Amino acid sequence: MTERARALLEYADDELILGWRDSEWTGVAPFLEEDVAFSSISQNEVGHARALYEIAARELGTTADELAFDRKPDEYRSAPLVEFRRMDWAATIARHVLYEAADEIRVEALKDSGDEEVAGLAAKMDREEAYHRIHAQMWEERLRGEPRFQAALDELWPAAVAVLPEELRPELAARTGRDLPSNSLLLAHERGSHAEEWPALWEEMTEVRRSVPGAAW
Amino acid sequence: MVTEDQVWQALRDVEDPEIPVISVVDLGVVRNVRVRNGHVHVEFTPTFLGCPALEVMRERMAEEIRALGAEPDVEVVLDDSWSTDRITPAGREKLRQAGFAPPTPRNATAPKLVQLQSDAFRCPYCGSTDTRLDNIFGPTACRSLRHCETCRQPFEQFKTI
Repeated sequence: MTERARALLEYADDELILGWRDSEWTGVAPFLEEDVAFSSISQNEVGHARALYEIAARELGTTADELAFDRKPDEYRSAPLVEFRRMDWAATIARHVLYEAADEIRVEALKDSGDEEVAGLAAKMDREEAYHRIHAQMWEERLRGEPRFQAALDELWPAAVAVLPEELRPELAARTGRDLPSNSLLLAHERGSHAEEWPALWEEMTEVRRSVPGAAW
Repeated sequence: MVTEDQVWQALRDVEDPEIPVISVVDLGVVRNVRVRNGHVHVEFTPTFLGCPALEVMRERMAEEIRALGAEPDVEVVLDDSWSTDRITPAGREKLRQAGFAPPTPRNATAPKLVQLQSDAFRCPYCGSTDTRLDNIFGPTACRSLRHCETCRQPFEQFKTI
């Protein structure tokens, strides 16, 4: 697999799985506005995943659906940060804030890349992501003084750093005012390892396609 | 023989299924139409990438082209050529009349929270700019929810992207 296809799959897997996790708040968020917000954010992230999978699929001679749903659990390249299942509002917002900060740096790098197709898609995605960042910022300001939120940020920080390739990590540390974690702390969160909730999520995500191969909806 | 003008005219009958007052042409998502030997190639950009109306619009455009007796090829282009600034003046007015506040013009930089909270957004019902942000997100990806302090009407505001 080329470096390009691998990078596209990493990004697509992150967006698909985060979209899945965020959609778990539909109907049970602390209030109605957040049901709507997290549902809408999920829809955008899954839309981004589909577009990224489509570019990767053309290169790999397959389809977006096959990439999204027909791979083995250890073939997914998602960052463990997006796989965690934390039905706790403070932790959900902490992940949202950290992911959007990392994602902003990633999408900026892609917009500036020489790959015209990927840069064009990244610029389109970024228009939508601007609203995710505004939403994250609004909640960050609201929860800033809450110890549970601060504890969740500290806990998730190493996993957030591991979303980015090494060369972009110092920028995330600079923007968030945090220190980069040691390599030993990062190890469990690097791509290739998965959160302990991952097998159950994979079972759920792929259940339909495993029951009816090739199913489309 | 079908002409490009006929195709553009036919596409004016294809509505956005989530906002049936506006056509794909007024929405500015049809980027190019080319006719060659009875084949009609349409380049079409999604508004939002996760928009579920995408496939419906694509299929409806193909139907309209077949009805002209031509073979459609509707290509979805995933580049950055669409922004809400592409909505035509006629399209904006149709949105407003249907109770959707049209998007504000795009700035050089991405929108910021402070702008959504303090810029002037006009109520599509009474025209007042004394409105407040209720929710950045709304019933579809492209809309936010606002509330008019003058006529006390909640309304949907198109996001600027």
